[in-house]
Amino acid sequence: MNYEEFLKQKGLEPGDVVKIDTITGTVQGILMPHHEFSDEGVLVVKLKNGYNIGLAIEKIKGVELVQKRKTVREEEGSVERSPELPDVAVVGTGGTIASYVDYHTGAVHPAKSPGELVKAMPELFRVANIHPEILFSVLSEDMDVKMWQQIAEKVAEKLRNGMGVVITHGTDTMGYTAAALAFMFTSLPCPVVLVGSQRSSDRPSSDAHLNLLSAVRFAASADVGDVCVVMHEGTSDNRCAVHPGTKVRKMHTTRRDAFRTVNAREAGYVDGEKVVVNGNLRKPGPLRYDTRMEERVNLLYYYPGMSERLFRAHFEGAKGVVIAGTGLGHVNSRFVPVVRDYIRQGCAVVMTSQCIHGTVNMNVYSTGRELIRAGVIDGKDMLAETAYVKLMWVLAHAGNQDEVKTLMETSIAGEISARREV
Amino acid sequence: MDWKSIGLKVGLEIHQQLDTKKLFCDCSSELCEEVAGTFVRKLKAAEGESGEIDLAAKETAERNLVFRYEVIRGSTCLVECDEEPPHALNPEALKIVLSIAKHLNAEVLDEIHVMRKIVVDGSNTTGFQRTALVAVGGKLKVGEKEIGIPTLCLEEDAARKMEMEGQEVTYRLDRLGIPLIEIATTPDLHTPEEVREVAERIGLMLRATRKVKRGIGTIREDLNISVGGGARVEIKGVQELNLLPEYVKNEAMRQLKLVEVSKKLQERNAMVVDKLFDVTPVFAGSNSKVIKSALNSGGKVLAVKLIGFAGLLGKKWEEMHRLGSELAQHARVFGLGGIFHSDELPNYGITAEEVARIRELLALAENDAFVLAAGDGEKLERGLRAVMQRARVAIAGVPEETRDPLPDGTTRYSRPLPGGARMYPETDVPPIRVTPSLMADLIPIEEFEEKVARFSREYGISTEIAGQIIRDWRDLEFESLCAKFPAAISEIARVLTNTLGEMQGRGLDVEKLSQPVLEEIFCAYISGKFAKEGIEKVIEAFLLGAPTIEKAIEKSGVAKLSVEEVEKVVEELLAAHPEIKAKPNPEGALMGLAMAKLRGRADGKTVNDVVRKKLSGSPQV
Repeated sequence: MNYEEFLKQKGLEPGDVVKIDTITGTVQGILMPHHEFSDEGVLVVKLKNGYNIGLAIEKIKGVELVQKRKTVREEEGSVERSPELPDVAVVGTGGTIASYVDYHTGAVHPAKSPGELVKAMPELFRVANIHPEILFSVLSEDMDVKMWQQIAEKVAEKLRNGMGVVITHGTDTMGYTAAALAFMFTSLPCPVVLVGSQRSSDRPSSDAHLNLLSAVRFAASADVGDVCVVMHEGTSDNRCAVHPGTKVRKMHTTRRDAFRTVNAREAGYVDGEKVVVNGNLRKPGPLRYDTRMEERVNLLYYYPGMSERLFRAHFEGAKGVVIAGTGLGHVNSRFVPVVRDYIRQGCAVVMTSQCIHGTVNMNVYSTGRELIRAGVIDGKDMLAETAYVKLMWVLAHAGNQDEVKTLMETSIAGEISARREV
Repeated sequence: MDWKSIGLKVGLEIHQQLDTKKLFCDCSSELCEEVAGTFVRKLKAAEGESGEIDLAAKETAERNLVFRYEVIRGSTCLVECDEEPPHALNPEALKIVLSIAKHLNAEVLDEIHVMRKIVVDGSNTTGFQRTALVAVGGKLKVGEKEIGIPTLCLEEDAARKMEMEGQEVTYRLDRLGIPLIEIATTPDLHTPEEVREVAERIGLMLRATRKVKRGIGTIREDLNISVGGGARVEIKGVQELNLLPEYVKNEAMRQLKLVEVSKKLQERNAMVVDKLFDVTPVFAGSNSKVIKSALNSGGKVLAVKLIGFAGLLGKKWEEMHRLGSELAQHARVFGLGGIFHSDELPNYGITAEEVARIRELLALAENDAFVLAAGDGEKLERGLRAVMQRARVAIAGVPEETRDPLPDGTTRYSRPLPGGARMYPETDVPPIRVTPSLMADLIPIEEFEEKVARFSREYGISTEIAGQIIRDWRDLEFESLCAKFPAAISEIARVLTNTLGEMQGRGLDVEKLSQPVLEEIFCAYISGKFAKEGIEKVIEAFLLGAPTIEKAIEKSGVAKLSVEEVEKVVEELLAAHPEIKAKPNPEGALMGLAMAKLRGRADGKTVNDVVRKKLSGSPQV
């Protein structure tokens, strides 16, 4: 019998205190939720000493309910507003940056109310009046274009209410969202900061606290009208780097300092109470934004041995394709005519490099020169992901192919650097 | 002391490092002195499983510490730095624990779940220690008594604490993640000696697996001690087996004393006033160095009022088991050193007049006491609040707490006893279903007594010698050498016990005598390169720096002489001592002279043959 049937049959649920008789003895503890990798035929019980143990259901002789599960406490409560502090909205979109663990279900819940957030991070409220709101709670990999647009609308709403904005976001695709917002907001009165954590906030060693605190500080005080990402600068808990939203990329699967500015200098840092801006960000202006996006855009990662069929599939029905090409910006030279055909049919094709670092330059080798002649747009030193997001925005706003090319090759939101420092 | 009558109860937790790679990554578990770099972190007390913040974790976090971690190449990777999730649990380490569980007749759980135990003192970069309960309900027979082993856990060792400066604590990461087996006993030990005996017994059993680390710090004991009317106090991380009884005795005495103090306080209706009194003006012209320097840097002097505490705080700072030192230790953990209490004043530059003014300011009656300290702001207040809290608890009795062992056999307050609130599941490590195949091929464990008896029986050596060989971790070497050189068993036993002990006593590095080296020595001996008496000399020459055994034989001058050479020596002796022949026992006399000259270079029998031949072959007088 598996654990689900067993619990159903006995009328039990996780969180119940039970006494279990097995063929080897008696165990009392709290029934725990099943771990994904736990054996189906095992009950997980938390003992009084805190340890969880697995008991094989086949060895269980009897179960006695000692106490029904306690209902999870709901903590509301509010915090008094300090008139001398700025107001900062913290918009939750997912991830576990400010959260608490429900140990009855094992789930990590985001802190929803100011009461919960102040409990999780009281130091935030000494920096600003925090207005937390959960917009939605999705895994970063489940984020889509519609959600970017919803985030933008929510950000605009908060900005209109005179608040700085911090968006908490899962880290996997935070760079994409940052780029999308950077193009949607053509002018901002203050910083819009995205922040995440690489170690979940239920751990004592989480990077969430420093990241969120630094993000709020930056949102509350930086003289900037741009979208940026604030995350740990190094492995130490002392400083957070500020990255321009269009140049930032997650460069490590696990490290705290996974986020890096690519092909540019970092836009600044937050060190304790010190907020420093290097000048790579747009200055504040009136709120102007437009969230329209052309969703029929694909991102093609070329590799040796890619079939023509798969290569072509990226272009079918697409209004635009961003290619992450090899080296200076290449694909198999056999595919040049294919690319040319799709461009002639009206598809915008932008070349970027899988090297990540450095710029595209299609003048150096013959394949590149042929790609230019075929009408491929030079993505310069844009990140492939940023170019993908930008092309969606540009296609929704440009009138014709020439305008698409001009916009793609011009830096709109700091996405292209004219020079790359040594 | 009649330990039974005071209700002494002690439980042991033994932590032994296992000799495998690290528990949750592929790093080596060797310690190292070469630091490749450092980084700093802070920790925050996270909510425990029950939704409460653990008291011990909270108190540690309140100290606002910064942790610096030293990275060691080879034994530190991103996992120790908390920059990568843990890998799967090391199967070799699990096998060792399962083997021990089986040996102790413990019930291995059906599925093993790795937990996070919150520890925010910085010794774990994650802020928790990963630990898993593997088996329950074991038993160990010590003498006639059966000791219960309620739990066997597999957990990761913590980082090594290197130094503490101000609010910054430095840890080295090489030790973090080394697998530990934790064996807990029931609190059924009732005398200090029994505690030592059981600890040693478990240590020997662990060694018998041959899969545990050896050397200082590789095995550590936690003691849970209580006396009647006292409370459970945990002394964490004792490394010296021989000091165990001392810690037990001292802790029992401390608790008895505190029980006594609590009775007196209750009789007097003692009370702690919940207020900090600013007494800075009293010390405007103070001669106390501590107070002067605090005031000079803009600090103040605060006092705590303790109603009914007079005479119970203790006269002398160093005196053990005094409430005064308990209060000081609580202040110390919040970074506040140097508190003064009224029982020891006037002293330390604080005058009788100043004391009188404080008593007046605080409106103290005869039976009332005060504690004061100088310093600045938050640290001072936090420290004194900790003092107030500790004093309050003293009225009720002995508090449950964790204490650190000191080298002199006493202990010092470290933090409140951690509660059950500090455990939650390590979701990054999948649970392990214990299958029959996992329980196959366990490591056989031969208990100490069994092995001593077998050695004595199989090799004909005394149980003392056998015991010494096993205690010194030389048992594997001994058996392997005996198998190779069965004709030299008594020599092998002698070398592994007396000779090595003696050489070590002389400061020579006997670690150089690896198994292959010993094999070479015994091989040379068995093939007749030198006599039995020369073994020590060869070892000595090798330890003194001879590069090879061959050279050591040469250098020590024990190389065996040919019969002709022996004859030559004996002839020379005869020529030099013609009077020998006239002695009543010429053979014995000549033998004595010859052996004095030839010991180690020729065996006795050869010399004897030659002596006899030379004496009989010489012309009769």
